[in-house]
Amino acid sequence: MTLLAAKVFAARAVGGIARRTGRRGGTNLPGRLLIALEPDAIEELAARLPRGSVVISATNGKTTTAAMSAAVLARAGITPLRNRAGANMAGGVASTLLSASRGARIDGELGLFELDELWLDRVAPALAPRALLLLNLFRDQLDRAGELETIAERWAAVVQALPETTRLIVNADDPLLADLGRDAPNVTYFGVEDRSIAVPEMQHASDSKHCRRCGTEYAYEAIYLGHLGRYRCPACGHERPKPSVAAEEITLHGTRDASFALRAPVGATPIQLPLPGLYNVYNALGAAALCLALDAPLQTIAAGLAASRPPFGRAERLALGGVDVTILLIKNPAGANEILRTLVLEAAPLNLLAILNDHTADGKDISWIWDADFEMIAGSVRRVTCAGARAAELALRLKYARVPVDRLHVAGSVSAALEDALAAVPRGELFVLPTYTALLELRDELASRGHVPRFWERQR
Amino acid sequence: MAEGMPTLRVCALYPDLMNIYADRGNLLVLESRCEWRGIGFELHASSLGDELDPEGADLYYIGGGQDRDQRLCALDLAEVKRDALHAVAGRGGTILAVCGGYQLLGHSYRLGDETLPGIELVDLVTVRGNGERLIGNAAIELELEPGELRVLAGFENHGGRTHLGPGTKALGRVLAGHGNNGTDGLEGVREGSVVGTYLHGPLLPKNTWFADWLIATALGLPDPLPALNDDLERAAHAEARRASGV
Repeated sequence: MTLLAAKVFAARAVGGIARRTGRRGGTNLPGRLLIALEPDAIEELAARLPRGSVVISATNGKTTTAAMSAAVLARAGITPLRNRAGANMAGGVASTLLSASRGARIDGELGLFELDELWLDRVAPALAPRALLLLNLFRDQLDRAGELETIAERWAAVVQALPETTRLIVNADDPLLADLGRDAPNVTYFGVEDRSIAVPEMQHASDSKHCRRCGTEYAYEAIYLGHLGRYRCPACGHERPKPSVAAEEITLHGTRDASFALRAPVGATPIQLPLPGLYNVYNALGAAALCLALDAPLQTIAAGLAASRPPFGRAERLALGGVDVTILLIKNPAGANEILRTLVLEAAPLNLLAILNDHTADGKDISWIWDADFEMIAGSVRRVTCAGARAAELALRLKYARVPVDRLHVAGSVSAALEDALAAVPRGELFVLPTYTALLELRDELASRGHVPRFWERQR
Repeated sequence: MAEGMPTLRVCALYPDLMNIYADRGNLLVLESRCEWRGIGFELHASSLGDELDPEGADLYYIGGGQDRDQRLCALDLAEVKRDALHAVAGRGGTILAVCGGYQLLGHSYRLGDETLPGIELVDLVTVRGNGERLIGNAAIELELEPGELRVLAGFENHGGRTHLGPGTKALGRVLAGHGNNGTDGLEGVREGSVVGTYLHGPLLPKNTWFADWLIATALGLPDPLPALNDDLERAAHAEARRASGV
């Protein structure tokens, strides 16, 4: 047994114990232990993947985009090795590589890793990715992540250090990211080319409104989502690069699905996406651009995207008694706004269960709920149950968004809140909007009712 | 707006730049609580390069921003709006400055080699420390009227350490969290109706009693204002206090 193999064995044993005792930390713990034993473990294990690795990072959409890419790659005959949703720091990546190691070999051909935006610079170099997909940067968890521009500077350093052989795939509609690609030798841009879905004005919490080069406010011809759109700097002329992979003729169907025409240098094809909202069109575009860079055929991409399933809590649907439940993770203003935008498209009055926690993984600073535009749904709400550690402030936010107070209910635990919300929906639909740790609690609650498997058993 | 009721005129300074910690929530609370009482509400913005009318509003608000945006605003405040804000304070107008905006009320904000000018409305200086940012839930105790102790709860997240000059009064005493500098147990500043604080979260939704005090002070109305149904407001305040451990 080599030295690395011995360390892999030891770290894996710890993971087994953690998992059997039902601890959540079982996801990251073995990887963190492995890194402690062998600081170069990620580099050494990732080098064994015969087709190398690709990396996805963003504020919003990492997990969904990775799931979409996996669905395409599987159809292209490539077995991806993925880290699990949320296990996207060094420990999670190392754990994934660890659990796939079989002696000197590794299960899976291509590493498909989502990385936390703050961990990109620490983990991506070790993975030596063939392609790096950057989807978006939004205001998120300021208490943990700090200012957006600080993250952008760190990403810029990652991009500058990329070898020419790494394909950089960047969202042309995000000015902050598009600028990172400006001097990169090997870059693909993707973006939306459909002005009919533009919104009339920039949402309140938008960031990156000023040119990264000269500080002048961008002029927008069209705004699609947050600060994503068609922009140009009136002072220095820096403008949105023309995307070579684009979504045209976009149609959004409420909280259900979306369709668009995918145009790429190799041709065009219609895409039926079983996931809702413009934000998922962006995720699908990113996944398509990534898979094109891996030489997947256009028809395989269309088939894979059409077959992709929502991951863990991202527009996931299930039936609970007579009620159709849709779970829509919310975690920052830009993401929440897109969820609210899809909810507005629903015809019937909305029954909601909204759960706001303030644990570390949610962000301890809950001020972001005041940046999200809950005003959008104020006229559409039939009843909202608010739960979680900061249930009252969430209800207060809705009150000041002018949801009538008699439609707001504050429940205690997630269990009680789910009971309350279901009891109040005679038939039809309930939309659940949890923050990240609330989603984990909800999962456990649903699992205890026998509805869904515990999430760490769902994927490998 | 009801017959004979006044109108609260609010001027938001740089709302396009200084808005990082959901400062909109503060304005929304002021607007709603005026409206629910039949008090009129007008909001206008004053941004980079705009002349500021010291008589144009009853309450002037400035929030927090990212470093680059704060720098732009600091220069604009010093060059364009400084005299007007002194005139506001001189006539007893109300000013609320949160986080980055609060830092600019003093003499200067020193960040390493660079020093941002302040408008010197109150006697304080701010220095970016070498240590960690001061981040977390916080609560302070304050005495707006003699003998009447109240609590403000919120969230703080700042790299700067603010030190008040001798004789300058803090807004409150730290019950939980770091406050102005993490060492002297003081938080914010208050000179009459000029208030600066690091507490966001945002501040006013978590402390609607303080929003009401600002409205009453800015309009010269008797405090407290007529009561509203504040069950949710009280529950949210209690949650924020609990989060800070107070």
